[in-house]
Amino acid sequence: MSTLTVPSQIPSVAEDCEQLRTAFAGWGTNEGLIISILAHRNAAQRKLIQQQYAETYGEDLLKALDKELSNDFERVVLLWTLDPAERDAFLGNEATKRWTSSNQVLMEIACTRSSNQLLQARQAYHARYKRSLEEDVAYHTTGDFCKLLLPLVSSYRYEGDEVNMTLAKSEAKILREKISDKAYSDEDLIRILATRSKAQINATLNHYKNEFGNDINKDLKTDSKDEYLALLRATIKCLIHPEMYFEKVLRLAINKRGTDEGALTRVVTTRAEVDMKIIKEEYHKRNSVPLDRAIVKDTTGEYEKMLLALIGHEDA
Amino acid sequence: MADGFEALVKAFSGVGVDEQAIISLLGKSHPEHRQNFRKGCRDFFIEDERSFERWDDHRVKLLKHEFMRFKNAVVLWAMHPWERDARLIKEALKKGPQAYGVIVEVACTRSADELLGARKAYHSLFDHSIEEDVASHVESSERKLLVALVSAYRYEGPKVKDDTAKSEAKKLAHAIKNADKKNLIDYEEVISILSTRSKPHLKAVYKHYKEICGKNIDEDLSADLILLATVQCLCTPQTYFSKVLDAAMRTDVDKKVKKALTRVIVTQADRNMKEINEEYQKLYGVSLSQKIEVTAKGNYKDLLLTLIARGN
Repeated sequence: MSTLTVPSQIPSVAEDCEQLRTAFAGWGTNEGLIISILAHRNAAQRKLIQQQYAETYGEDLLKALDKELSNDFERVVLLWTLDPAERDAFLGNEATKRWTSSNQVLMEIACTRSSNQLLQARQAYHARYKRSLEEDVAYHTTGDFCKLLLPLVSSYRYEGDEVNMTLAKSEAKILREKISDKAYSDEDLIRILATRSKAQINATLNHYKNEFGNDINKDLKTDSKDEYLALLRATIKCLIHPEMYFEKVLRLAINKRGTDEGALTRVVTTRAEVDMKIIKEEYHKRNSVPLDRAIVKDTTGEYEKMLLALIGHEDA
Repeated sequence: MADGFEALVKAFSGVGVDEQAIISLLGKSHPEHRQNFRKGCRDFFIEDERSFERWDDHRVKLLKHEFMRFKNAVVLWAMHPWERDARLIKEALKKGPQAYGVIVEVACTRSADELLGARKAYHSLFDHSIEEDVASHVESSERKLLVALVSAYRYEGPKVKDDTAKSEAKKLAHAIKNADKKNLIDYEEVISILSTRSKPHLKAVYKHYKEICGKNIDEDLSADLILLATVQCLCTPQTYFSKVLDAAMRTDVDKKVKKALTRVIVTQADRNMKEINEEYQKLYGVSLSQKIEVTAKGNYKDLLLTLIARGN
């Protein structure tokens, strides 16, 4: 699942900190050294490094990275080094701000994390921003987007496999009715997507397809310009096939003229320790080139090296 | 003898039963006394056509509830607070709209982590999330508000942005003024303000509301019980609890209302009891213990008084 490669014998935390410190020393920055350490440590290890670095040198490692690095490379290293809950809190907060607002990122965080991961993100948000994620989402999003996003970020879904087939049938019917009436932001429709467990939603959507002939997302494609519908389709995809959703985000980011580094960075750093392996397989299947090769073609320098290291490319 | 069974009837009345009185009056009674009790007490016994006095079935059912009050209180008190809150919400959902106030009570008077714990316990106990059960069981327009309230994970620090509080007070005032044209609960903003903002922030909002409208916000919400409960529970829980307790101890109230006595005292015993006691005294002129001494009986009464005393 994870593409992170951690060597079987790693230096002690103190040694890692010392090496990072030397990477910052002097005029330039030894980016290669930074990558060789940070890109090969898991979340728990990175957290220890952050703590030890602060204790030993009296400086926050993240601040040091911010000072030394720049541009896309800085962003990928910073996002990667952050503890996953803090990363989600950071991305969520960014997504509510005016110039960086993104309903898509908010939906991604709400739907592709486990219930406990989303919860930890909300806790990290309290600690860092002195507000709740929900109140910022409520304040900064509007209309149908708010109607959908607020319940999504507030959810704490049951995570078991139990599925109620009768419920799946009746809720598939409700979804069908609402879609036929073009009531895409209907309360019931949103309630089903925002509160049911992922297993239950999966069963409901399977039933939808069996009973009504089409994948629900096909029936939601009535207006390709409608941003709300696009978000709704993405929500559904994230809930039941996150690896396919992320494959598409990567594909669009890479194929875009000039590359969407923001999306590329976000997907790689948030999924490297989760399901990057499956996403890579999806990508290869769908695009006939491996993700590694596409990244090499599309990005350069230390940014490229960091991305490759995170997706498990050999020799990176 | 007439005295005898008046005391006996008294031992069976009120909330809970006076076990000691029952033991000494009934346990030590002469068969003739019991015969007189049965013949004389038309509330408890009916004259059967075959010349004997039988227990009134309905009365026996009521007595069963009264005997169980102590047991229910004990079980609830020993429970982990998370399981307690999860079960309270589940029961309220089963009971229907008149019980939805309990959902508001649990969602709004617990801390963010306590509510979260209830959501976790709910997963374990009932294999569903609270939000999905509330969303699928509540059919009225209150659904949006209730789902939002049980999903909240409010910031708990003191930081408040005063200008935001002011503008939100204005929004609430506007919505309340137009309540005859559009239901308050249909305003997305009213719901999101009440369900996402921190409690200190809401206190600031209420303060500004009073400055703008001249009245306390709860005075303007008296028409909508669920919204009123929400607003009270969020910022003046001791007032809310005092009122609920007082209602529970009135005579001839619905048995559901009576249950609030156990619920409030057990759930608040180690939390807010001192403040509730003070507020109760202020509102009603007697201390909570005094009122319970008069209204409750037996082991049930002793348990309640012990729990209240923990606050001292």
